[in-house]
Amino acid sequence: MSRQVTVAVNGKSVSVPAGSTAAVAVAAVGLSQFRTSVDGEPRGPLCGMGICFECRVTINGRAHRRSCQTVCTAGMEICTDGP
Amino acid sequence: MARNEHYDVLIVGGGPAGIAAACCAARAGRRVAIVDDNPAQGGQIWRGMTEEWTAATQSPLAASWLRRLREAKVEVLAGTQIVARPRDGVLLAETDADACLLAYDKLILAAGARERFLPFPGWTLPGVTGAGGLQSLVKSGLPIAGRRVAVAGSGPVLLAVADCLRDHGAEICLIAEQAPWPRLVRFGCGLIGSPGKLLQGAGYKWRLKTVRYRTGCWPVAAEGDGKLSSVTFHAGSKTRTVACDYLACGFGFVPSLELPTLLDCRLDGGAVWIDDWQETSVQGIYAAGETTGVGGVDLALIEGQIAGYAAIDCQDHAARLFRARERGRRFVGALDRAFALREELKSLATAETPVCRCEDVSRQQLEAYGSWREAKLQTRCGMGPCQGRVCGTAAEFLFDWQRESIRPPIFPADVGTLAEIRPLGKQPGK
Repeated sequence: MSRQVTVAVNGKSVSVPAGSTAAVAVAAVGLSQFRTSVDGEPRGPLCGMGICFECRVTINGRAHRRSCQTVCTAGMEICTDGP
Repeated sequence: MARNEHYDVLIVGGGPAGIAAACCAARAGRRVAIVDDNPAQGGQIWRGMTEEWTAATQSPLAASWLRRLREAKVEVLAGTQIVARPRDGVLLAETDADACLLAYDKLILAAGARERFLPFPGWTLPGVTGAGGLQSLVKSGLPIAGRRVAVAGSGPVLLAVADCLRDHGAEICLIAEQAPWPRLVRFGCGLIGSPGKLLQGAGYKWRLKTVRYRTGCWPVAAEGDGKLSSVTFHAGSKTRTVACDYLACGFGFVPSLELPTLLDCRLDGGAVWIDDWQETSVQGIYAAGETTGVGGVDLALIEGQIAGYAAIDCQDHAARLFRARERGRRFVGALDRAFALREELKSLATAETPVCRCEDVSRQQLEAYGSWREAKLQTRCGMGPCQGRVCGTAAEFLFDWQRESIRPPIFPADVGTLAEIRPLGKQPGK
Protein backbone atom coordinates (compact mmCIF):
# COMPACT_ATOMS: atom_id res chain seq x y z
CA MET A 1 0.00 0.00 0.00
CA SER A 2 1.29 3.44 -0.89
CA ARG A 3 1.89 6.11 1.71
CA GLN A 4 -1.06 8.45 2.30
CA VAL A 5 -1.13 12.17 2.96
CA THR A 6 -4.03 13.79 4.82
CA VAL A 7 -5.22 17.25 3.78
CA ALA A 8 -8.40 19.26 4.31
CA VAL A 9 -10.69 20.33 1.49
CA ASN A 10 -13.19 22.99 2.57
CA GLY A 11 -12.55 21.83 6.12
CA LYS A 12 -13.22 18.18 5.33
CA SER A 13 -10.33 15.81 6.02
CA VAL A 14 -9.28 13.49 3.18
CA SER A 15 -6.37 11.11 2.59
CA VAL A 16 -4.76 10.77 -0.83
CA PRO A 17 -1.72 8.80 -2.03
CA ALA A 18 1.56 10.65 -1.41
CA GLY A 19 2.57 12.62 -4.48
CA SER A 20 -1.03 13.44 -5.44
CA THR A 21 -1.81 17.00 -6.41
CA ALA A 22 -4.33 19.24 -4.65
CA ALA A 23 -6.66 18.71 -7.66
CA VAL A 24 -6.80 15.03 -6.74
CA ALA A 25 -7.77 15.86 -3.15
CA VAL A 26 -10.59 18.14 -4.34
CA ALA A 27 -11.92 15.39 -6.61
CA ALA A 28 -11.52 12.86 -3.80
CA VAL A 29 -14.11 14.66 -1.64
CA GLY A 30 -16.54 14.47 -4.56
CA LEU A 31 -16.27 18.04 -5.79
CA SER A 32 -16.18 18.83 -9.51
CA GLN A 33 -16.48 22.62 -9.18
CA PHE A 34 -13.11 24.10 -8.29
CA ARG A 35 -13.93 27.74 -8.92
CA THR A 36 -16.76 29.99 -10.05
CA SER A 37 -16.28 31.94 -13.28
CA VAL A 38 -16.75 35.68 -13.77
CA ASP A 39 -20.35 34.99 -14.90
CA GLY A 40 -21.01 32.59 -12.02
CA GLU A 41 -20.51 29.31 -13.88
CA PRO A 42 -18.91 26.25 -12.29
CA ARG A 43 -15.42 25.37 -13.54
CA GLY A 44 -13.00 22.50 -13.02
CA PRO A 45 -9.61 21.38 -14.31
CA LEU A 46 -9.05 21.55 -18.08
CA CYS A 47 -5.40 21.33 -19.10
CA GLY A 48 -4.01 19.33 -16.17
CA MET A 49 -0.60 20.95 -16.65
CA GLY A 50 -0.79 24.42 -15.19
CA ILE A 51 -1.58 26.70 -18.11
CA CYS A 52 -5.37 27.19 -18.07
CA PHE A 53 -5.86 28.24 -14.41
CA GLU A 54 -9.35 26.68 -14.34
CA CYS A 55 -8.43 24.50 -11.35
CA ARG A 56 -7.27 27.33 -9.14
CA VAL A 57 -8.13 27.16 -5.47
CA THR A 58 -6.99 28.71 -2.20
CA ILE A 59 -4.16 26.73 -0.60
CA ASN A 60 -3.06 27.48 2.95
CA GLY A 61 -4.66 30.90 2.68
CA ARG A 62 -3.03 31.84 -0.64
CA ALA A 63 -5.60 32.47 -3.34
CA HIS A 64 -5.36 31.46 -7.02
CA ARG A 65 -3.03 28.50 -6.60
CA ARG A 66 -3.14 25.95 -9.40
CA SER A 67 -4.34 22.73 -7.78
CA CYS A 68 -3.04 20.59 -10.67
CA GLN A 69 0.54 21.78 -10.12
CA THR A 70 0.62 21.73 -6.33
CA VAL A 71 1.57 18.50 -4.60
CA CYS A 72 -0.33 17.74 -1.38
CA THR A 73 1.61 18.04 1.85
CA ALA A 74 0.37 16.83 5.24
CA GLY A 75 -2.11 19.22 6.79
CA MET A 76 -2.54 21.33 3.64
CA GLU A 77 -5.73 23.37 3.69
CA ILE A 78 -7.46 23.60 0.33
CA CYS A 79 -10.53 25.75 -0.27
CA THR A 80 -12.56 25.76 -3.47
CA ASP A 81 -14.43 28.80 -4.62
CA GLY A 82 -17.91 27.42 -5.10
CA PRO A 83 -20.64 25.36 -3.48
CA MET B 1 15.68 39.57 -2.21
CA ALA B 2 15.85 36.98 -4.94
CA ARG B 3 18.38 34.18 -5.00
CA ASN B 4 21.04 34.57 -7.71
CA GLU B 5 22.35 31.57 -9.63
CA HIS B 6 24.61 31.30 -12.64
CA TYR B 7 24.69 28.36 -15.03
CA ASP B 8 26.90 27.50 -17.97
CA VAL B 9 23.84 26.00 -19.63
CA LEU B 10 20.30 26.66 -18.46
CA ILE B 11 17.48 24.59 -19.90
CA VAL B 12 13.85 25.67 -19.69
CA GLY B 13 11.57 22.65 -19.68
CA GLY B 14 12.12 19.25 -18.11
CA GLY B 15 10.39 17.05 -20.68
CA PRO B 16 12.21 14.66 -23.02
CA ALA B 17 13.89 17.45 -25.05
CA GLY B 18 15.12 19.27 -21.95
CA ILE B 19 16.32 16.08 -20.28
CA ALA B 20 18.22 14.99 -23.41
CA ALA B 21 19.76 18.45 -23.77
CA ALA B 22 20.81 18.48 -20.12
CA CYS B 23 22.41 15.04 -20.29
CA CYS B 24 24.49 16.04 -23.33
CA ALA B 25 25.46 19.50 -22.04
CA ALA B 26 26.47 18.32 -18.57
CA ARG B 27 30.05 17.38 -19.39
CA ALA B 28 33.45 18.49 -18.22
CA GLY B 29 32.26 20.07 -15.01
CA ARG B 30 29.80 22.44 -16.58
CA ARG B 31 27.05 23.72 -14.32
CA VAL B 32 23.76 22.74 -15.94
CA ALA B 33 20.22 23.20 -14.65
CA ILE B 34 16.74 22.40 -15.83
CA VAL B 35 14.02 24.79 -14.74
CA ASP B 36 10.43 23.54 -14.95
CA ASP B 37 7.06 24.72 -13.71
CA ASN B 38 5.87 21.19 -13.03
CA PRO B 39 6.30 19.51 -9.63
CA ALA B 40 8.81 17.07 -11.17
CA GLN B 41 10.81 16.53 -14.32
CA GLY B 42 9.59 14.33 -17.18
CA GLY B 43 7.26 16.76 -18.93
CA GLN B 44 3.65 15.76 -19.50
CA ILE B 45 4.51 12.58 -21.37
CA TRP B 46 6.61 11.17 -18.53
CA ARG B 47 4.58 12.77 -15.76
CA GLY B 48 4.33 10.65 -12.64
CA MET B 49 7.41 8.62 -13.58
CA THR B 50 9.83 10.41 -11.29
CA GLU B 51 10.67 7.22 -9.46
CA GLU B 52 12.84 5.11 -11.69
CA TRP B 53 11.03 1.92 -10.75
CA THR B 54 7.67 3.37 -11.86
CA ALA B 55 9.23 4.55 -15.08
CA ALA B 56 10.82 1.16 -15.67
CA THR B 57 7.46 -0.58 -15.64
CA GLN B 58 5.70 2.06 -17.74
CA SER B 59 8.36 3.22 -20.18
CA PRO B 60 11.89 1.82 -20.52
CA LEU B 61 12.74 4.89 -22.62
CA ALA B 62 11.73 7.24 -19.80
CA ALA B 63 13.58 5.12 -17.24
CA SER B 64 16.82 5.20 -19.20
CA TRP B 65 16.74 8.98 -19.71
CA LEU B 66 15.80 9.68 -16.10
CA ARG B 67 18.73 7.52 -15.00
CA ARG B 68 21.07 9.38 -17.36
CA LEU B 69 19.79 12.66 -15.98
CA ARG B 70 20.50 11.61 -12.41
CA GLU B 71 23.98 10.39 -13.29
CA ALA B 72 24.74 13.60 -15.19
CA LYS B 73 24.40 15.59 -11.96
CA VAL B 74 22.07 18.14 -13.50
CA GLU B 75 20.31 20.47 -11.07
CA VAL B 76 16.55 20.28 -11.44
CA LEU B 77 14.62 23.37 -10.36
CA ALA B 78 11.09 21.93 -10.26
CA GLY B 79 7.99 23.95 -9.45
CA THR B 80 9.78 27.00 -10.84
CA GLN B 81 8.10 29.27 -13.35
CA ILE B 82 9.94 31.76 -15.57
CA VAL B 83 8.10 35.09 -15.46
CA ALA B 84 10.35 37.69 -17.05
CA ARG B 85 13.70 38.63 -18.56
CA PRO B 86 15.08 41.43 -16.39
CA ARG B 87 18.07 41.83 -18.75
CA ASP B 88 19.98 39.90 -21.41
CA GLY B 89 21.32 36.61 -20.11
CA VAL B 90 19.13 36.58 -17.00
CA LEU B 91 15.69 35.11 -16.38
CA LEU B 92 13.49 35.88 -13.42
CA ALA B 93 11.72 32.86 -11.98
CA GLU B 94 9.32 32.21 -9.14
CA THR B 95 8.65 29.24 -6.88
CA ASP B 96 5.92 28.79 -4.29
CA ALA B 97 8.39 30.09 -1.72
CA ASP B 98 10.57 32.72 -3.36
CA ALA B 99 11.93 34.40 -6.50
CA CYS B 100 15.24 33.66 -8.22
CA LEU B 101 17.40 35.29 -10.85
CA LEU B 102 18.85 32.67 -13.18
CA ALA B 103 21.82 33.86 -15.23
CA TYR B 104 23.18 31.74 -18.08
CA ASP B 105 25.90 31.61 -20.70
CA LYS B 106 23.82 29.39 -22.99
CA LEU B 107 20.08 28.88 -22.87
CA ILE B 108 18.12 25.96 -24.30
CA LEU B 109 14.38 26.44 -24.70
CA ALA B 110 12.52 23.15 -24.39
CA ALA B 111 9.24 24.51 -23.11
CA GLY B 112 7.14 21.96 -24.98
CA ALA B 113 3.63 22.32 -26.27
CA ARG B 114 0.12 22.51 -25.00
CA GLU B 115 -3.17 21.14 -26.23
CA ARG B 116 -5.36 23.06 -28.59
CA PHE B 117 -8.79 23.39 -27.03
CA LEU B 118 -11.69 24.36 -29.26
CA PRO B 119 -14.89 25.85 -27.90
CA PHE B 120 -18.24 24.11 -28.35
CA PRO B 121 -21.43 24.44 -26.30
CA GLY B 122 -20.80 23.03 -22.83
CA TRP B 123 -17.00 22.86 -23.12
CA THR B 124 -16.65 24.82 -19.87
CA LEU B 125 -18.57 22.25 -17.77
CA PRO B 126 -16.53 20.54 -15.06
CA GLY B 127 -15.74 17.08 -16.39
CA VAL B 128 -14.76 18.36 -19.84
CA THR B 129 -10.96 18.28 -19.85
CA GLY B 130 -8.12 18.11 -22.30
CA ALA B 131 -7.25 14.68 -23.68
CA GLY B 132 -3.68 14.92 -22.47
CA GLY B 133 -5.19 17.02 -19.67
CA LEU B 134 -7.15 14.15 -18.16
CA GLN B 135 -4.16 11.87 -18.63
CA SER B 136 -1.98 14.33 -16.71
CA LEU B 137 -4.55 14.53 -13.91
CA VAL B 138 -4.73 10.74 -13.70
CA LYS B 139 -0.94 10.48 -13.68
CA SER B 140 -1.03 12.95 -10.77
CA GLY B 141 -3.31 10.62 -8.83
CA LEU B 142 -6.88 11.39 -9.98
CA PRO B 143 -8.88 8.19 -9.47
CA ILE B 144 -10.56 7.21 -12.72
CA ALA B 145 -11.46 3.55 -12.07
CA GLY B 146 -15.04 2.82 -13.02
CA ARG B 147 -15.63 6.27 -14.52
CA ARG B 148 -17.03 6.53 -18.05
CA VAL B 149 -14.78 8.57 -20.34
CA ALA B 150 -15.28 9.70 -23.93
CA VAL B 151 -12.01 10.61 -25.64
CA ALA B 152 -12.25 13.09 -28.51
CA GLY B 153 -10.37 15.51 -30.69
CA SER B 154 -7.55 14.57 -33.00
CA GLY B 155 -4.26 12.78 -33.32
CA PRO B 156 -2.52 9.60 -32.20
CA VAL B 157 -2.56 11.01 -28.67
CA LEU B 158 -6.22 9.99 -28.38
CA LEU B 159 -5.19 6.33 -28.53
CA ALA B 160 -2.37 6.85 -26.04
CA VAL B 161 -4.75 8.65 -23.65
CA ALA B 162 -7.50 6.03 -23.99
CA ASP B 163 -4.95 3.26 -23.42
CA CYS B 164 -3.57 4.95 -20.30
CA LEU B 165 -7.01 5.73 -18.83
CA ARG B 166 -8.28 2.22 -19.51
CA ASP B 167 -5.16 0.90 -17.82
CA HIS B 168 -6.16 2.93 -14.74
CA GLY B 169 -9.60 1.34 -14.76
CA ALA B 170 -11.66 3.86 -16.76
CA GLU B 171 -14.45 2.68 -19.00
CA ILE B 172 -13.80 4.23 -22.42
CA CYS B 173 -17.18 4.68 -24.12
CA LEU B 174 -15.90 6.15 -27.37
CA ILE B 175 -12.82 7.51 -29.12
CA ALA B 176 -13.93 10.24 -31.53
CA GLU B 177 -11.31 11.26 -34.09
CA GLN B 178 -12.22 14.25 -36.25
CA ALA B 179 -9.97 13.23 -39.18
CA PRO B 180 -11.65 11.24 -41.95
CA TRP B 181 -10.92 7.53 -42.34
CA PRO B 182 -9.33 7.67 -45.84
CA ARG B 183 -6.68 10.12 -44.61
CA LEU B 184 -5.81 7.85 -41.71
CA VAL B 185 -5.52 4.86 -44.03
CA ARG B 186 -3.06 6.78 -46.20
CA PHE B 187 -1.13 7.77 -43.09
CA GLY B 188 -1.06 4.16 -41.87
CA CYS B 189 0.28 2.95 -45.22
CA GLY B 190 3.02 5.57 -45.02
CA LEU B 191 4.18 4.08 -41.73
CA ILE B 192 5.50 0.94 -43.42
CA GLY B 193 8.94 2.55 -43.46
CA SER B 194 8.73 3.18 -39.68
CA PRO B 195 8.14 -0.23 -38.11
CA GLY B 196 8.50 1.18 -34.58
CA LYS B 197 5.62 3.62 -35.03
CA LEU B 198 3.55 0.99 -36.79
CA LEU B 199 4.03 -1.43 -33.90
CA GLN B 200 3.16 1.24 -31.37
CA GLY B 201 -0.05 2.05 -33.24
CA ALA B 202 -0.91 -1.63 -33.62
CA GLY B 203 -0.33 -2.14 -29.90
CA TYR B 204 -2.82 0.59 -29.01
CA LYS B 205 -5.38 -0.75 -31.43
CA TRP B 206 -4.97 -4.26 -30.05
CA ARG B 207 -5.33 -3.22 -26.41
CA LEU B 208 -8.29 -1.00 -27.29
CA LYS B 209 -9.93 -3.53 -29.58
CA THR B 210 -13.18 -3.55 -27.63
CA VAL B 211 -13.40 0.26 -27.64
CA ARG B 212 -15.38 2.03 -30.37
CA TYR B 213 -13.07 4.23 -32.48
CA ARG B 214 -15.02 6.56 -34.77
CA THR B 215 -13.35 8.67 -37.43
CA GLY B 216 -14.97 11.77 -38.90
CA CYS B 217 -16.56 12.18 -35.47
CA TRP B 218 -16.38 15.13 -33.09
CA PRO B 219 -18.22 16.59 -30.08
CA VAL B 220 -20.88 19.19 -30.84
CA ALA B 221 -22.21 19.73 -27.31
CA ALA B 222 -21.52 18.73 -23.73
CA GLU B 223 -24.48 18.59 -21.39
CA GLY B 224 -24.97 18.38 -17.65
CA ASP B 225 -26.27 20.20 -14.61
CA GLY B 226 -23.24 21.79 -12.98
CA LYS B 227 -21.05 18.98 -14.28
CA LEU B 228 -20.80 16.78 -17.33
CA SER B 229 -23.31 13.98 -17.78
CA SER B 230 -23.40 13.43 -21.55
CA VAL B 231 -21.83 14.48 -24.84
CA THR B 232 -23.44 14.73 -28.23
CA PHE B 233 -21.22 13.80 -31.16
CA HIS B 234 -21.46 14.46 -34.84
CA ALA B 235 -20.95 11.12 -36.57
CA GLY B 236 -21.52 10.81 -40.29
CA SER B 237 -24.90 12.31 -41.14
CA LYS B 238 -26.29 11.78 -37.62
CA THR B 239 -25.64 12.90 -34.10
CA ARG B 240 -25.42 10.50 -31.18
CA THR B 241 -25.41 11.18 -27.45
CA VAL B 242 -23.12 9.32 -25.10
CA ALA B 243 -23.51 9.32 -21.30
CA CYS B 244 -20.16 9.88 -19.58
CA ASP B 245 -18.43 11.33 -16.50
CA TYR B 246 -15.51 12.85 -18.41
CA LEU B 247 -14.90 14.10 -21.92
CA ALA B 248 -11.16 14.11 -22.58
CA CYS B 249 -10.89 16.35 -25.61
CA GLY B 250 -7.91 17.94 -27.37
CA PHE B 251 -7.44 18.99 -30.98
CA GLY B 252 -3.73 18.46 -31.39
CA PHE B 253 -0.90 20.48 -29.85
CA VAL B 254 0.66 23.89 -30.34
CA PRO B 255 4.18 24.95 -29.32
CA SER B 256 4.49 27.14 -26.23
CA LEU B 257 5.96 30.34 -27.62
CA GLU B 258 5.64 32.87 -24.79
CA LEU B 259 9.24 32.65 -23.60
CA PRO B 260 10.91 32.49 -27.04
CA THR B 261 8.79 35.48 -28.07
CA LEU B 262 9.83 37.40 -24.96
CA LEU B 263 13.47 36.61 -25.80
CA ASP B 264 13.02 37.97 -29.36
CA CYS B 265 13.59 34.59 -31.01
CA ARG B 266 12.31 34.62 -34.57
CA LEU B 267 9.22 32.51 -35.19
CA ASP B 268 8.46 30.64 -38.35
CA GLY B 269 5.11 29.00 -39.14
CA GLY B 270 3.89 28.97 -35.54
CA ALA B 271 7.13 27.56 -34.08
CA VAL B 272 10.59 28.80 -33.11
CA TRP B 273 12.95 29.11 -36.08
CA ILE B 274 16.19 27.18 -35.61
CA ASP B 275 19.31 26.48 -37.66
CA ASP B 276 20.97 23.07 -38.12
CA TRP B 277 22.46 23.30 -34.61
CA GLN B 278 19.07 24.05 -33.04
CA GLU B 279 20.24 27.60 -32.41
CA THR B 280 17.53 30.26 -32.62
CA SER B 281 17.90 33.64 -34.31
CA VAL B 282 19.34 34.90 -31.01
CA GLN B 283 22.96 33.87 -30.54
CA GLY B 284 23.48 31.54 -27.59
CA ILE B 285 19.82 30.62 -27.30
CA TYR B 286 18.87 27.17 -28.58
CA ALA B 287 15.48 25.48 -28.90
CA ALA B 288 14.53 21.82 -28.99
CA GLY B 289 11.45 19.65 -28.94
CA GLU B 290 7.87 20.81 -29.43
CA THR B 291 8.89 24.47 -29.18
CA THR B 292 10.38 24.13 -32.68
CA GLY B 293 7.26 22.38 -34.02
CA VAL B 294 5.21 19.58 -32.53
CA GLY B 295 7.00 16.33 -33.35
CA GLY B 296 6.58 13.90 -30.49
CA VAL B 297 8.93 12.31 -28.02
CA ASP B 298 11.39 10.63 -30.41
CA LEU B 299 12.14 13.81 -32.34
CA ALA B 300 12.25 15.82 -29.11
CA LEU B 301 14.96 13.53 -27.72
CA ILE B 302 17.04 13.89 -30.89
CA GLU B 303 16.65 17.67 -31.02
CA GLY B 304 17.44 17.93 -27.33
CA GLN B 305 20.67 16.01 -27.77
CA ILE B 306 21.72 18.14 -30.74
CA ALA B 307 20.98 21.35 -28.82
CA GLY B 308 22.83 20.10 -25.74
CA TYR B 309 25.94 19.17 -27.71
CA ALA B 310 25.85 22.32 -29.84
CA ALA B 311 25.53 24.54 -26.76
CA ILE B 312 28.86 23.21 -25.45
CA ASP B 313 30.56 23.29 -28.87
CA CYS B 314 30.53 19.53 -29.46
CA GLN B 315 29.40 19.95 -33.06
CA ASP B 316 30.78 16.59 -34.15
CA HIS B 317 28.53 14.76 -31.68
CA ALA B 318 25.57 16.88 -32.71
CA ALA B 319 26.07 16.30 -36.43
CA ARG B 320 25.85 12.53 -36.00
CA LEU B 321 22.17 12.98 -35.11
CA PHE B 322 21.20 15.06 -38.15
CA ARG B 323 20.02 12.09 -40.20
CA ALA B 324 17.80 10.78 -37.41
CA ARG B 325 16.32 14.25 -37.03
CA GLU B 326 15.55 14.38 -40.75
CA ARG B 327 13.66 11.07 -40.54
CA GLY B 328 11.74 12.33 -37.53
CA ARG B 329 10.71 15.48 -39.33
CA ARG B 330 9.38 13.56 -42.33
CA PHE B 331 7.15 11.54 -40.00
CA VAL B 332 5.84 14.75 -38.44
CA GLY B 333 4.93 16.15 -41.87
CA ALA B 334 2.85 13.04 -42.58
CA LEU B 335 1.21 13.31 -39.17
CA ASP B 336 0.24 16.94 -39.72
CA ARG B 337 -1.37 16.15 -43.07
CA ALA B 338 -3.30 13.17 -41.71
CA PHE B 339 -4.70 14.97 -38.66
CA ALA B 340 -5.28 18.44 -40.15
CA LEU B 341 -8.34 20.01 -38.52
CA ARG B 342 -11.53 20.21 -40.57
CA GLU B 343 -13.34 23.48 -41.26
CA GLU B 344 -16.55 22.26 -39.56
CA LEU B 345 -14.82 22.61 -36.19
CA LYS B 346 -14.79 26.39 -36.65
CA SER B 347 -18.56 26.53 -36.33
CA LEU B 348 -19.03 24.40 -33.22
CA ALA B 349 -19.10 27.41 -30.89
CA THR B 350 -22.44 29.22 -31.00
CA ALA B 351 -22.82 32.97 -30.46
CA GLU B 352 -23.17 32.46 -26.69
CA THR B 353 -20.38 29.91 -26.23
CA PRO B 354 -17.58 31.38 -24.12
CA VAL B 355 -14.26 31.43 -25.98
CA CYS B 356 -12.23 33.14 -23.26
CA ARG B 357 -12.79 31.08 -20.13
CA CYS B 358 -10.94 33.41 -17.76
CA GLU B 359 -13.08 36.45 -18.54
CA ASP B 360 -16.19 34.69 -19.92
CA VAL B 361 -16.10 36.36 -23.33
CA SER B 362 -18.45 34.77 -25.87
CA ARG B 363 -17.85 34.13 -29.53
CA GLN B 364 -20.41 36.79 -30.40
CA GLN B 365 -18.54 39.42 -28.35
CA LEU B 366 -15.28 38.57 -30.09
CA GLU B 367 -16.75 38.53 -33.58
CA ALA B 368 -17.49 42.23 -33.33
CA TYR B 369 -13.76 42.90 -33.76
CA GLY B 370 -11.28 42.41 -36.56
CA SER B 371 -8.14 41.37 -34.74
CA TRP B 372 -6.88 39.72 -31.56
CA ARG B 373 -5.45 43.01 -30.37
CA GLU B 374 -8.67 44.92 -30.84
CA ALA B 375 -10.78 42.15 -29.30
CA LYS B 376 -8.43 41.99 -26.34
CA LEU B 377 -8.59 45.71 -25.67
CA GLN B 378 -12.37 45.86 -25.95
CA THR B 379 -13.48 42.61 -24.32
CA ARG B 380 -10.62 41.64 -21.95
CA CYS B 381 -10.32 38.27 -23.71
CA GLY B 382 -6.87 36.85 -23.14
CA MET B 383 -6.26 39.17 -20.20
CA GLY B 384 -7.11 36.69 -17.47
CA PRO B 385 -4.59 34.47 -15.69
CA CYS B 386 -4.08 32.11 -18.66
CA GLN B 387 -2.97 35.15 -20.66
CA GLY B 388 -4.55 33.86 -23.85
CA ARG B 389 -2.94 30.43 -23.73
CA VAL B 390 -6.37 28.82 -24.19
CA CYS B 391 -8.51 31.43 -25.94
CA GLY B 392 -5.70 32.89 -28.08
CA THR B 393 -5.02 29.46 -29.56
CA ALA B 394 -8.73 28.96 -30.17
CA ALA B 395 -9.11 32.42 -31.75
CA GLU B 396 -6.19 31.70 -34.03
CA PHE B 397 -8.07 28.69 -35.39
CA LEU B 398 -11.56 30.24 -35.37
CA PHE B 399 -10.77 33.68 -36.79
CA ASP B 400 -7.21 33.40 -38.16
CA TRP B 401 -6.13 36.00 -35.61
CA GLN B 402 -2.44 36.25 -34.90
CA ARG B 403 -1.02 37.27 -31.56
CA GLU B 404 2.02 39.42 -32.19
CA SER B 405 3.68 40.56 -29.03
CA ILE B 406 3.97 39.41 -25.47
CA ARG B 407 4.47 41.48 -22.37
CA PRO B 408 6.15 40.43 -19.17
CA PRO B 409 5.31 38.89 -16.82
CA ILE B 410 4.64 35.97 -19.14
CA PHE B 411 3.00 34.16 -16.24
CA PRO B 412 1.00 35.51 -13.27
CA ALA B 413 3.55 36.33 -10.56
CA ASP B 414 3.69 37.69 -7.04
CA VAL B 415 4.28 41.41 -6.70
CA GLY B 416 7.38 40.65 -4.63
CA THR B 417 8.82 38.70 -7.55
CA LEU B 418 8.12 41.47 -10.02
CA ALA B 419 9.93 43.94 -7.77
CA GLU B 420 13.12 42.19 -8.92
CA ILE B 421 12.72 43.72 -12.36
CA ARG B 422 14.69 46.95 -12.02
CA PRO B 423 16.17 49.24 -14.59
CA LEU B 424 19.71 48.20 -15.48
CA GLY B 425 22.31 49.23 -12.93
CA LYS B 426 19.82 50.31 -10.33
CA GLN B 427 20.34 48.62 -6.98
CA PRO B 428 17.68 48.13 -4.34
CA GLY B 429 17.53 50.87 -1.74
CA LYS B 430 19.50 53.40 -3.79
